[in-house]
Amino acid sequence: MDRDSLEISGLTVRFESLTALDDVSLTAAQHAVTGIIGPNGAGKTTLLNAICGFVRPDKGQILFRGNDLTRVRPDRLAGLGIARTLQSVGLFRGLSVAENVMVGATPLAKAGFWSALAGLPRSDADEARLRMIALEALDRVGAVDLADRMPETLAHGSRKRVALARALAGLPRLLLLDEPASGLPEDELPELGELITSIAQDADVLVIEHRMDLMMSVCDHIFVLDFGVLIAQGSPAQVQADPLVTEAYLGVLHE
Amino acid sequence: MTTTPPEPDQTSSPDQPSRAVPLVTKPSPPAAAPPAAAPPQSGRFRVPTLARHLGVAVLAAVVLAIATTMIGDYRDYELAEIAAFVVAVAGLTVLIGLSGQISIGNGAFMAVGGYAAALLFVHLQWPLAAILLAATAAAALAGAIFGVAAARLRGPYLAGATLMLAVALPALSTQFQSVLGGDQGLGFYISVPGFLGINFSLSRWQAWFNCAVALLVLILLANLTRSRVGRNWRALRDDEVAASLAGLNVARLQIVAFIVSAACAGAGGVLLAVWIGTVSTSLFALGVSIQLLTAAVLGGLGSLVGAIWGSALLVIVPTFLANFATSHGMTQTTSSSVPILAYGVVLIAVMVGFPGGIQGALVRFFNLRRRRPADYHQEEKGST
Ligand SMILES: Nc1ncnc2c1ncn2[C@@H]1O[C@H](COP(=O)(O)OP(=O)(O)OP(=O)(O)O)[C@@H](O)[C@H]1O
Ligand SMILES: [Mg+2]
Repeated sequence: MDRDSLEISGLTVRFESLTALDDVSLTAAQHAVTGIIGPNGAGKTTLLNAICGFVRPDKGQILFRGNDLTRVRPDRLAGLGIARTLQSVGLFRGLSVAENVMVGATPLAKAGFWSALAGLPRSDADEARLRMIALEALDRVGAVDLADRMPETLAHGSRKRVALARALAGLPRLLLLDEPASGLPEDELPELGELITSIAQDADVLVIEHRMDLMMSVCDHIFVLDFGVLIAQGSPAQVQADPLVTEAYLGVLHE
Repeated sequence: MTTTPPEPDQTSSPDQPSRAVPLVTKPSPPAAAPPAAAPPQSGRFRVPTLARHLGVAVLAAVVLAIATTMIGDYRDYELAEIAAFVVAVAGLTVLIGLSGQISIGNGAFMAVGGYAAALLFVHLQWPLAAILLAATAAAALAGAIFGVAAARLRGPYLAGATLMLAVALPALSTQFQSVLGGDQGLGFYISVPGFLGINFSLSRWQAWFNCAVALLVLILLANLTRSRVGRNWRALRDDEVAASLAGLNVARLQIVAFIVSAACAGAGGVLLAVWIGTVSTSLFALGVSIQLLTAAVLGGLGSLVGAIWGSALLVIVPTFLANFATSHGMTQTTSSSVPILAYGVVLIAVMVGFPGGIQGALVRFFNLRRRRPADYHQEEKGST
């Protein structure tokens, strides 16, 4: 927990009249698991969208290890070492599981258009290498035996594993996870928790999640968003004990 | 507040049963022992891509060369036409089926190729191979310009823009009559090269030349579609947001797909000009664009083999039907509309009955026979 990975300062995002993020500042430490929690519609996904360049912030700055991400194009992130999983999973329907993950290994690809067109051995070798990388990533999430399946034949939990493998395949330095546990049965959470902890050994992790039992076990530090405002932060235990946090959640539940 | 077009996860996604859960930590059951995963093995030995595709092409070339000596002049001539269409349709099927971009206007790129070739022939008398390369490059350039201009268009808007192109571009040839010849067109005759001997028929030479080019183009496209480029196209077709997060430059890949398909259309235009011996406004009218689309859909979008089926049907069926109609006593005008009617019927039938086109249906048929039905589309029960 030495230096900062992600530094967000004064981030404000407005959608017409709605202020989805209001002057949010937070930092994520290197090689740590940083959590973001908050009720539905709090602005958690919007925060990731701002980091990834899908949403232009109205104010504020986003730095990743010294690189300014504030005006970055989404497809540049992978090259900077940032990978993300989507809340909607978003697997490529027409690609096999292995191919899905190979697309995630794009930052490691070497052969270009012309060698592909000519069918050069260089392109073949690159393909074989990418497939190996993909299988390793699948192995890491425990889904290597699904490599040749099509996404539509998979159960929800397996799809989420594959999506995670796709994000891991590019060997990211920062991994952004948007609700990795949603829809998973309770008994798969501990395994996911272990996986996230092991990922944090060689990458920085920012995770959004509603499942508090998971967050308690994996996070080093948690930020709490409510209606676009950062209302609390601290260690998992501190956050859990914070009355403001309980109120934010209960307020939503009682609406 | 400005947003760039694709916004992930703002629409309600299918997997959002995730309600805010109150801060209660339930004791969770002990972790199941992680499954003993087999370590990733390197794939079985594979024949190099190029060798595989070359092998198939050489085989096809031999078969075609023998066939051209047996099927007679008229069929040779038809074969040359089919080959010309295969080239253009293959480019289109890659564009639509893999990169997910619709073009109703690839006839316009055929026109660019055809006219460029005829101009080079008339004014500079270049050798045929050089003309083919230069004209293909000209069409690729046109595709690049259009692709960049249309980079932000999607779905029906892109289709509309390509349609305009198909209508507008051929009209140029009547605007610039003096250069492009208008309805008269420009003559573009090729002759049988001397080394084949005096008795070698022109139709057979046209068939050879066009088939050779078609096989070459198919090899290149097959290389491309089996590579990372093809996979990336399919990825962005399925999910642009996830593709860009993986590091794919979506706009650039889409433009590259346009260039590839325009180059193919251009080469196809040259072959069509070679086949008919002249380029004119009517040769590349809007109808040609529609024919390309029909053939691509019939064969099965995204399938190169399908492009062959589609092109063959495109050429064979109309002549067959027209002959059939005239021999059954219909007048010339009635009989000429029979193929068009048949097209419509067949196209609708294919789209309803075989969404994967002919090639999709064939693959499914043979797969079903080879595999046990149980392995097919098997649902995963729970996860590992
Ligand atoms: N592109 C957009 N245009 C308009 N409103 C938006 C847009 N993106 C998000 N919002 C709104 O911003 C608010 C925050 O949404 P966001 O998706 O960030 O919430 P979240 O914290 O991820 O919620 P959940 O837990 O349900 O995923 C919501 O009210 C949402 O409707
Ligand atoms: Mg969200």
